[in-house]
Amino acid sequence: MSAFEAAAGRGHLDRAGRDGEDGGLWSKRIVVGYGFWIFLLSDIIMFSAFFAAYAVLVGATAGGPSGRELFHLRNVGLETVCLLLSSFTCGLASVGARAHRGSWFYGAMAATGTLGAAFLFIEVREFAGMIAQGAGPTQSAFLSAFFTLVGCHGLHVTVGLLWLLTMMAQVFAKGYRADILRRVLCFGLFWHTLDIIWVAIFTVVYLMGAGQ
Amino acid sequence: MFGKLTWAAIPLDQPIPLVAGALVGVVIVGVLAWITLKGWLPYLWQDWITSVDHKRIGIMYILLAMVMLLRGFIDALMMRSQQALAFHSEGYLPPDHYDQIFSAHGTLMIFFVAMPFVIGLMNLVVPLQLGIRDVAFPTLNSVSLWLTATGALLVNISLVVGEFARTGWLPFPPLSEITYSPGVGVDYYLWALQISGVGTLLTGVNFVTTVLKLHAPGMTYMRMPIFCWTTLATNLLIVAAFPILTATLAMLLLDRYLGFHFFTNEAGGNMMMFMNLIWAWGHPEVYILILPAFGVFSEVISTFSGKPLFGYRSMVMATMAICMLSFMVWLHHFFTMGAGADVNAIFGIASMIIAVPTGVKVFNWLFTMYGGRIVYSTPILWSIGFMVTFVIGGMTGVLLAVPPADFMLHNSLFLVAHFHNVIIGGVLFGAFAGYTFWFPKAFGFRLHEGLGKAAFWCWIVGFYVAFMPLYVLGLMGMTRRMQHYDVAAWQPWLLIAAVGAAVILVGIILQVVQLAVSIRRREELRDVTGDPWNGRSLEWATSSPPPVFNFAVLPRVEGRDTYWTMKQRVRQQGGLSEEPVYADIEMPRNSATGFVCAFFATFLGFALIWHIWWLVALAVLGAYATFVVFAWRDRSEYIIPADVVARIDRANRSARGEALVHVEAAS
Repeated sequence: MSAFEAAAGRGHLDRAGRDGEDGGLWSKRIVVGYGFWIFLLSDIIMFSAFFAAYAVLVGATAGGPSGRELFHLRNVGLETVCLLLSSFTCGLASVGARAHRGSWFYGAMAATGTLGAAFLFIEVREFAGMIAQGAGPTQSAFLSAFFTLVGCHGLHVTVGLLWLLTMMAQVFAKGYRADILRRVLCFGLFWHTLDIIWVAIFTVVYLMGAGQ
Repeated sequence: MFGKLTWAAIPLDQPIPLVAGALVGVVIVGVLAWITLKGWLPYLWQDWITSVDHKRIGIMYILLAMVMLLRGFIDALMMRSQQALAFHSEGYLPPDHYDQIFSAHGTLMIFFVAMPFVIGLMNLVVPLQLGIRDVAFPTLNSVSLWLTATGALLVNISLVVGEFARTGWLPFPPLSEITYSPGVGVDYYLWALQISGVGTLLTGVNFVTTVLKLHAPGMTYMRMPIFCWTTLATNLLIVAAFPILTATLAMLLLDRYLGFHFFTNEAGGNMMMFMNLIWAWGHPEVYILILPAFGVFSEVISTFSGKPLFGYRSMVMATMAICMLSFMVWLHHFFTMGAGADVNAIFGIASMIIAVPTGVKVFNWLFTMYGGRIVYSTPILWSIGFMVTFVIGGMTGVLLAVPPADFMLHNSLFLVAHFHNVIIGGVLFGAFAGYTFWFPKAFGFRLHEGLGKAAFWCWIVGFYVAFMPLYVLGLMGMTRRMQHYDVAAWQPWLLIAAVGAAVILVGIILQVVQLAVSIRRREELRDVTGDPWNGRSLEWATSSPPPVFNFAVLPRVEGRDTYWTMKQRVRQQGGLSEEPVYADIEMPRNSATGFVCAFFATFLGFALIWHIWWLVALAVLGAYATFVVFAWRDRSEYIIPADVVARIDRANRSARGEALVHVEAAS
């Protein structure tokens, strides 16, 4: 999403270099953050379509297993802990980047990446286990919807990890330039949004599914 | 090695697509050879393909739309002639080919004609109207354009490599599932739309941010021209609706590629969920298209009536009301699903309610014209033609919103007539009005008036002759998409409809001639003042074509109809105000990111369609590398020095000052 940073053509403002309104034009930081939020809202809407599909198909097990038989809340709890902690470390990384503190930024980013990878590892293991016991996505409409919704979130985390590594490499190569700090801001927004979506998945899919 | 792709994919036994494909190939090779021989390739690459200038991106969007309009219209001619001939006979198009034609016609006209046309107009005009130098994310804008072009390219590749979908412009399951559509046609459709859909979504993000966050000093929301408001509403709808399309098509793709069961007949799949999801996008899509057209008409009518728009506030309210309501009516597309009387009644009433804000708009336009000194130029002819035609189309829409009536008319030619009535009479007329209106702004000379008027009359007469018979046929019980039929009473009406299509063809030829003639006579049609129509909003406050930075100094906005007020002040003062202090201007550098990204996206789509997995991996890697290269660049802006800005602006000011003094002398 680096293209987001190329906000343009407002020379006098950039030299002013401050946030806030200046005769109707906003600073690049505000514009980029705002635009990225709009993008994230659209991403949330995409998830809401998958949530809707899941809600419609949750009972369509076609004689196969339901969530109650498949979900292990201990696993899911572990995933949740990983992801929530990674949101915290991601916040620390943002603060570190703003303070231009290398050890802080890299350390917190590495922690975020490790926690994200741990989350993904647990998720992939869960998926592999379900497929091994004959509960893959082709078994029933319920399982199709489950794998798509949760898998789409997992795909986002994977892309997030790739972005995280790219960001670390970029800060390493280029330093704390204004445009790179804006990208760090967008990455942070992205990572926190994945948390918001996970909270919904945790509730709607796992808690409600296991409790049925 | 090449997945499902073999020589059998080339339809050697079907002369029509083969000849058409060969013809297009010859034209493309010819154009490329001509450009190369003339030595224009570097110019094309530097000034257009890699341009991140919103005006050039807008022009390229509109060019794409017009080329695709020709392709989509040829499809339309084939359908009309097939149905005119196919009484008790096979006609000349076998069912297999005919089904691809109606699917391609709808897909192209909505996604690659109407969408790029309105997005092109927004690109060209909105930053100028807001008094700013570019959109919020210029490089992203270029990515949007080229991803849209990728989608269009994929649809057209399907003409000669493989086949296109036979499932209509929306691929309803279970017909579109792998069991019943095992070929690559539906995959072409799905990947073309997924890729161009990303482009459209990014446009939405870009323009919502631009309209809400970037304006000239003093340009408050309630001072924005109506076209900016309708742009805002449209892009809010894009951001809210296109992700639903992406998700829905992704589910169908998973069904087709990996054996999932979202919409299948087996294992608990629910095909009616597809209807709900696709129309939850599809109905807002209708308003995504029509709202910018409403904006164009508002600008055109107020300019050529020489009056401020009547009821500005109510126009804003109506626009935003339509924006909201458009999400609450999707079920009227499938009243026959059997959701029950109560649900149908609620959605029927909601659909009728949308007619209220639309009616408010029509009255506002009428009251704007009332008492005005109307100049009957081509853009306002399109606008008046729109008002008459759209009201008829709107009323048949209200009729279809009555569930019992819908049960009779569902899937008939009455419905086909209705949506062509609003899309041609609304969106396309709006696009043509905007094209004629803003052409001088984009290129510095006007389009030929006489040919423009002739084209308008052919279009409007052709439209009525082509589509009114379809209303009658719908009431006579003819369903849509029929390859042949055996009811004698239908044929005369279908013959009339074919004649109407031929009249529209004359209109399109006249438009092509108009463009050629206008380019040849550009010196006598030249617009030296930057304000050829005595305009009201800020896009007319700069030269035609505008300099790359749009405004040498950002204008100060003190009310609505900003440029109109400025001109009045100049006339009172008896001359332009003092020369401003010029400063260096920072502009975004051009970037090949969009084009290269789309290059990889084209291969990605093609490889996914034909199951060439190594190419998929390569293309994804290429796209990622493109973004990294873009992210690694050190300079994203360049400086235009103050003296260059001053030189450009002084020329513009002197031409403008002379013109204003002339006008005063004349009055």
